[in-house]
Amino acid sequence: MTVEPTAAGDTGSGTPARSGTRFDAIVVGAGHNGLVAAAYLARAGLDVVVLESSPEIGGATRSEEVFPGFRFSVFSYLVSLLRPEVVHELDLVRHGLFLVPTASTLNPLPGGDCLFREADPRRTYRHVARHSRRDAEALFEYKLEMRRMGHLMYRLQRAAPDELAAAIGDRVGESAEHLDVEVSAEAADIARYFLDLPAARLRGFVQMLTMSSADFLSQWFESDVLKAALSSSSIIGSMLSPRTPGSAYVLLHHYMGEVDGVYREWGFQKGGTGAVAATIARAARSHGAEIRTHSPVARVLARDGRAAGVVLANGDELRAGVVMSSAAPQISLGRLLDPDDVPGGEGAGLALRAARWRSGGCAGKVNLAISGLPRFECMPAPGPHLSGGITIAPSLDYIDRAYDDAKYGGFSGRPFIDMIIPSVLDPDMAPPGKHVLSCFVQYAPYELAAGPWDDDQREAFGDAVVRTLAEYAPGIEDQILHRQVLVPPDIEAIAGIPGGNIFHGELRLSQLFLLRPDPAAASFRTPLPGYYVCGSSTQFGGGISGGPARLAALRVLDDLRRPETAGSGGGAETP
Amino acid sequence: MPRRAPRGTQAIQRALALFRSFTPEVPEHRLTDLAAAHGLHPSTAHRLLGVLEAEGLIGRSPESQGYRWLEGTGFGEAGEHAPRLNGLRPLEPLHTPFHRRTEAVCESGAWRDWSGYTCAVSYEPTPEREYWALRNAAALIDVSPLFKYEIRGADAERLLDRVLTRDFTKCRTGRVVYSSWCNEDGHLLQDGNVQRLEPERFLVSAAEPCLRWFEDCGWGMDVEVRDVSEEIGVLALQGPRARAIAEAATSGIDFGVMRYFDLAAGEVPSGAGGGPVTVTRTGYTGDLGYEFWVAAEHAEALWDALVDAGRYHGLLPAGLLALDMVRVEAGLVLIDVDYVSSAHAEIEALKVTPAEAGLGFTVQLDKQTDFVGRRALERERDRGPAWALVGLEVDWFELERLWSGIDLRPQVVGQPASREPTPVFAPGGSQVGQCTSRFFSPLLKKYIGLATVHAAAAALGTELDVEVAVGYGRRRARARVVRRPFFNPPRKTAVDPMPGVDG
Repeated sequence: MTVEPTAAGDTGSGTPARSGTRFDAIVVGAGHNGLVAAAYLARAGLDVVVLESSPEIGGATRSEEVFPGFRFSVFSYLVSLLRPEVVHELDLVRHGLFLVPTASTLNPLPGGDCLFREADPRRTYRHVARHSRRDAEALFEYKLEMRRMGHLMYRLQRAAPDELAAAIGDRVGESAEHLDVEVSAEAADIARYFLDLPAARLRGFVQMLTMSSADFLSQWFESDVLKAALSSSSIIGSMLSPRTPGSAYVLLHHYMGEVDGVYREWGFQKGGTGAVAATIARAARSHGAEIRTHSPVARVLARDGRAAGVVLANGDELRAGVVMSSAAPQISLGRLLDPDDVPGGEGAGLALRAARWRSGGCAGKVNLAISGLPRFECMPAPGPHLSGGITIAPSLDYIDRAYDDAKYGGFSGRPFIDMIIPSVLDPDMAPPGKHVLSCFVQYAPYELAAGPWDDDQREAFGDAVVRTLAEYAPGIEDQILHRQVLVPPDIEAIAGIPGGNIFHGELRLSQLFLLRPDPAAASFRTPLPGYYVCGSSTQFGGGISGGPARLAALRVLDDLRRPETAGSGGGAETP
Repeated sequence: MPRRAPRGTQAIQRALALFRSFTPEVPEHRLTDLAAAHGLHPSTAHRLLGVLEAEGLIGRSPESQGYRWLEGTGFGEAGEHAPRLNGLRPLEPLHTPFHRRTEAVCESGAWRDWSGYTCAVSYEPTPEREYWALRNAAALIDVSPLFKYEIRGADAERLLDRVLTRDFTKCRTGRVVYSSWCNEDGHLLQDGNVQRLEPERFLVSAAEPCLRWFEDCGWGMDVEVRDVSEEIGVLALQGPRARAIAEAATSGIDFGVMRYFDLAAGEVPSGAGGGPVTVTRTGYTGDLGYEFWVAAEHAEALWDALVDAGRYHGLLPAGLLALDMVRVEAGLVLIDVDYVSSAHAEIEALKVTPAEAGLGFTVQLDKQTDFVGRRALERERDRGPAWALVGLEVDWFELERLWSGIDLRPQVVGQPASREPTPVFAPGGSQVGQCTSRFFSPLLKKYIGLATVHAAAAALGTELDVEVAVGYGRRRARARVVRRPFFNPPRKTAVDPMPGVDG
């Protein structure tokens, strides 16, 4: 069957309305992770409903025709972290996954200079050698090492964090009974792989967890231009400067992305990222899952110390023995959960930790409809550079200053901008000859020192972005037909992410592995039996991944098979 | 009496002068400034600039309304002689210093990227004549894309002796040394040539960049490593007639006393842009031959002199396909084809030591210096290498047997050397290695290949099976481990080589 990838956010209106109130499983939130979880549960034969509060599915994975003829990937804009297991197990290609590669990265520099990196390593060598021959050579070595790091992350991602911890415990002779998990053969294999890593790689791994990306990159490179360019991935979505310790992990998080086994590749989904959500929704529905929009959940229903369903905002009750939430911890472990429902008196602590979860937004999105292709001073003519990523990050100082602005409660006057031109990659995104420009912009704090974000502030932020672009692409200000400016409170309002942090919580060691999203929920189980978390705030979440939701769903299915387990959703029919 | 310019040409001259003011360095001008600089009335300048703008030769700056240089319009840019697609490519293909000459004779239109440079695959549609010229007369190959580093300073010899697996203290001025270099694990990084131009001045040539490696290994030494890759053009003149041509094309070198791996400084006749040239008796063909190292500005004069001298000797320009064929006959390994540089190997299993890559002869453990990788290579000497690079040969009758199965004669002629690795098996058994380069040598009338196999399967005379495509099928052909090089004429190393003396 051929599926026409549509860009329109799937409104769910095509779903035959059902008034059922009893299900095997309820998934809260129809972002890509919620949909992936639902698809896996439905695929295993469970009767699943997904409840989405807003009128459209997708969450932060959303495309919209904001201005007639111009289609924006409203928030997230490229795909790389999407797990191949999810792609193939859910048969996403059949359901509409269509990724166009963005093969190059252009970093325009002041004075009409630039750094251009292409897919071909020989040509990239030549480009980088213009700035530093040593660095051009070191780039081979760096990329090789980072591919090995990406591969390590790939292995680690194949098992839930608690299972991996237990497997490592088994191997080093530490009891992991308290983790209450059965170690699969695969987890045991990953643990062995991890413990057998060459010392140099383990050292690199620890460096990436703890160092600043600027320091990490300085181990290889001397050219500020290249370090700034490479450090871009270390700040995405994070209130961090490349000089903040811990930013090297964000770099690693992005290097574990892949397309078809090639690490560090990024693809543009035809129709915009909303089509990814639509694709997963189709896969979920093909297995019988139901998706209800306009269905805000007020709280999780508990009976006899276990999850029993949810109560909607309108008071309706839906019953299920398994409830999964793809929302951020402030919602999943806070607002949706009555502390008194959590057995063992763990509820209050859980709620408190959820409230302290660091998930402040730091990024804005400026989507532009333009009358023609931008002419970059460094490469004025149209060319392959326009179908790649274009990043305004000319120096480490530049990014650091942009960060400083936000640190003191302002938005960056001359911001970091990560841009793509979706209409070059996919002509369906704009009318012929016209284009859309997607600008991911940092830094824009959730709260401004000057007061709340209002229309004036938004416009001033948008102006700063256009002004910055015009420094490198003169004349762009005259090409703009429409502009959409979104800041963290908008991400919060539209995508339902508290604080507007694109990863549902900062990617730093204090919020990773067994601490993500909470020490009591790192197994995807929560202290309330039958209630699970599966969103970006769970381990290896962050980005259009689907990986955590898959592992969470597999954990649910595993628990259903083993009803004696404390966390099992014993109330549901075992498929 | 001064001649008046024909009517109308003054405007063209003025417009061209204005146009030339726009360069990548000074891309923008205001009308009034330009008019003043060119002694024109602003309205005249405005009219002329308007024409240039309408013709797409210059642009306008939206914010200042000044006039702007546009990429791809021809002036003040590198490679302005090459045809351009109005800047469609953000990085123009790099051209070697010989490109204008090679382009003029490249009938095939087949170019390939080599380290970022555009190089002729073959000059004619098929490489056959170029191949035969290499073995029967002489051919000229542009090998400028090699990376070249000048190493100089009081510690230059010390650095090279620290990096190279060969004993470099024994390399005299005027000699070239072929060596490997390894990482600390004794894994092969690269192989390449080093010229000793002066007691404290050397030239390293290699297929991959290695500036950083040499600099880092020379930490704290009195030595300077300079990348001169783009400053020096390199032509390989190879084949039995090479000496006669080299002698006629240059002056100041006594080719009669020049031995294999000697180097000499000479001159290209200064008729049209000639100048100094360094000649090394080296090459990648396993034949008599010389390589000419010349400053880029004298490159075309060198080409012209060699082509002129070669006119009565059957000289042809040869592309990369012919070069690849003859280097297999010569049994010479190619980095990232026959072995994976440890700088690029994704996994440990892909890394090899020099001995495993057939370069054991470049490792001199009796040298005094603790060169990089020594400890690991000493351990390997004690336990023996795990792999070996071997020459494989499939004889004619075996080829006939394979093709008779589909009622054809062997279909092996006219195919360039294949670089796709194919498995090598113990006879009728399991895989023992891989064949990384192979082709049917029309000179030797045998199907030959370079393969890496388990050390136990590497003894001369060992029978192995290689995979050969027969029609659409893959068949196993019986091969034999034979001595490398497959082809090794005496003229390659002969002192005072004379044409026609030894075929």
